[in-house]
Amino acid sequence: MNMRKYALAASLAAIGLSFTLTAPVHAQAKGKQAQEQFFPVLVYRTGAYAPNGAPWANGFVDYIKLVNATGGINGVKATFEECETGYATDRSVECYERLKNKGGGATAFQSLSTGATFALTEKAPVDKIPLITAGYGRSESANGAVFTWNFPLLGTYWVGADVLIQHLAKKEGGFDKLKGKKIALVYHDSPYGKEPIPLLQERARMHGFELSLLPVAHPGVEQKSTWLQIRQNRPDYVLLWGWGVMNSTSLKEAQATGYPREKMYGIWWAGAEPDVKDVGEGAKGYSALTLQHGAEPNAKVVKDILAQVHAKGQGTGPKDEVGSVLYMRGLISAMLGVEGVKRAQERYGKGKTMTGEQTRWGLENLDLDQKKLDGLGFAGVMRPVQTSCLDHMGSSWVRVHTWDGSKWNFSSDWYQADDKVIRPMVMLTSARYAEEKKITPRTPEQCKQ
Amino acid sequence: MIYRENGQFKTSYAADQQIFPILQDRWAILGILVFAFVAVPLLADEYMFRAILIPFLILSLAALGVNLLVGYCGQITLGAGAFMAVGAYAAYNFFIRVDGMPLIGALLLGGFTSAAVGVVFGVPSLRVRGLYLAVATLAAQFFWDWAFLRIKWFTNYSSSGSVSVSNLSLFGFPVESPTEKYLFCLAVLVVFALLAKNMTRGAIGRQWMAIRDMDVAAEVIGIRPMYAKLSAFAVSSFFLGVAGGLWGFVHLGAWEPAAFSLDRSFQLLFMVIIGGLGSIMGSFFGAAFIVILPIFLNQMLPWLGDLVGVSISTAGVSHAEIMIFGALIVFFLIVEPHGIARLWSTAKEKLRLWPFPH
Repeated sequence: MNMRKYALAASLAAIGLSFTLTAPVHAQAKGKQAQEQFFPVLVYRTGAYAPNGAPWANGFVDYIKLVNATGGINGVKATFEECETGYATDRSVECYERLKNKGGGATAFQSLSTGATFALTEKAPVDKIPLITAGYGRSESANGAVFTWNFPLLGTYWVGADVLIQHLAKKEGGFDKLKGKKIALVYHDSPYGKEPIPLLQERARMHGFELSLLPVAHPGVEQKSTWLQIRQNRPDYVLLWGWGVMNSTSLKEAQATGYPREKMYGIWWAGAEPDVKDVGEGAKGYSALTLQHGAEPNAKVVKDILAQVHAKGQGTGPKDEVGSVLYMRGLISAMLGVEGVKRAQERYGKGKTMTGEQTRWGLENLDLDQKKLDGLGFAGVMRPVQTSCLDHMGSSWVRVHTWDGSKWNFSSDWYQADDKVIRPMVMLTSARYAEEKKITPRTPEQCKQ
Repeated sequence: MIYRENGQFKTSYAADQQIFPILQDRWAILGILVFAFVAVPLLADEYMFRAILIPFLILSLAALGVNLLVGYCGQITLGAGAFMAVGAYAAYNFFIRVDGMPLIGALLLGGFTSAAVGVVFGVPSLRVRGLYLAVATLAAQFFWDWAFLRIKWFTNYSSSGSVSVSNLSLFGFPVESPTEKYLFCLAVLVVFALLAKNMTRGAIGRQWMAIRDMDVAAEVIGIRPMYAKLSAFAVSSFFLGVAGGLWGFVHLGAWEPAAFSLDRSFQLLFMVIIGGLGSIMGSFFGAAFIVILPIFLNQMLPWLGDLVGVSISTAGVSHAEIMIFGALIVFFLIVEPHGIARLWSTAKEKLRLWPFPH
């Protein structure tokens, strides 16, 4: 008995000691090789959102492997390390701190959670590491003059909400037809789900439709009361701002309450295979936005990955998942980071490791025209992206795709968000942020540096 | 042999009643303080500060608050996260709405607001106790979760309900770098721990303990249950409120109500149960166990895997982390139901009898 107590106390002490000793050693060992570009990967392969988080992470990592298989970033080897966050903000912050100085310094962080984006937005300028939030994050961060280090590339939730309303107007036959219509927003009760609300309210004011807000608590498996309300109100359209298990639950509830799936529209995070697969036929007719790309099993980059990564037994996830919607999202996110580094190399020296600061310049001056995209194997997957100091978003091309019971098919043409609506809101909100934080927005001259 | 008080004679009441009557303890505490204030800032790197030490200090403070209520006064609470949230959001509102509000002022006002809220939500403790009280305090958790998500005024009309603060300073000194933040949190924790220790040794702490051990008997000998219970709620909520403010301001920088969710309440309750109910030291042990161990496991497992040539996937590590962590909790509760603090005091007892402990 006595011995055991001693052993316990000793093991506790040993745990503490070994931790302090091993952690720094471990970190140092990796930073010694030269000419490596380190990409930290914050992922959630466990927890309530794992079915969606895992394909994203696999796509991200597979793309980095593909880059290395084809000669690296102008000869610089891309390295990465995953860190599991479980979609929790505090764990994300821990991961950020853990990875930011590894491998010679992190290139760019992709937080993959709006909550974490808010926390990291405060840290990124201090550590001088860009924060890429492709398709998520805070919408006002599109204003790069204030949010120097944030890059909500390809789109924000305001873009998503704006395009959804445009799409509904088109279906109805004009914005004036939206007057008096009832639109319900079923949203994940978190910063993520709340992002579109200001824009939808603005649009509701403009076009006179009635917006009802129906929050669903994390993780979103309990939605009976929400759908009871929908059953009573009978909204003309339901916008779904869900994530993970919440989406399939919503679709099942819609099926149970008899709400037509054809009138349900999801944001791009509610429009992937894991969201609808389990519902199958029940989700038929449900549409969702795409962040440029949908499921792209025929894209050249996907074939490259299958041939150069998976065929060599280095694939990260299951093979049949390659090319699915969220896999592509991860892949494109990684591509944007890599292209930012490439662009930075054009200015600061090809074949060199770029620092976070240099990568930031690269991301701010990103110019991916169709030719470049085609060359990378993204023909048909996405449209050109061009960022600038004032526009950290780059482009706002969106399509709608519809689930036919077994796969996603595009069901609309390309849309673009209405800058006349979004820009003033971005400027207003970012100006308020700048005032709160006592940030002086960069002038055009400062931008050029 | 080393740890023996033979020959230390107490010649005054003050000497007898001091916090650490044994000389070795005083030296040890002094050593730990010097180490924490001087050596740690020189030794630790940024990751240690930001990801481990600062969360540990702040959650220790919160655990201290919970321990005062649960461990010393015997009132089980599941609303700890809510009181942290109240502290954080109140401090935020004082900070941005009052011009020139100093950091420490905002944090303390946040603490006082939380204390007032704690008294209100402590009222049910006058009628219900035990598990029923735990359920009643859940109301606080749900109510404040709801309030900070729904009432826009609290979050300064932020579109997503997330708020942030920066440019912190204390009497003109910036609290920005990890070392500064660490020292700030450490100083706050030391002051509050001293406060807690003295309160539990004084009249009010004795009242709490009397209520905890048998409230009817306590009432018979003249302790007012209402005063004792509500004061415990107030003090505990004050500690939690300040901890919540620190968590938001110093650790996260930007936060949403999810940072103070029900999970946080459970986490804090587990800290004091594992660390040791009714023990100041136990709060620190519990916080260390819950904060540091998962992160340690998360980093240790891939490293161990590398040693034996196995690469463990991120998901695998995360699952293993949860399993080992859970197993350790069960292990500790079986081996020492009174928490790690009891283990510590047993070890001290043995040390006194060393080299022939029995």
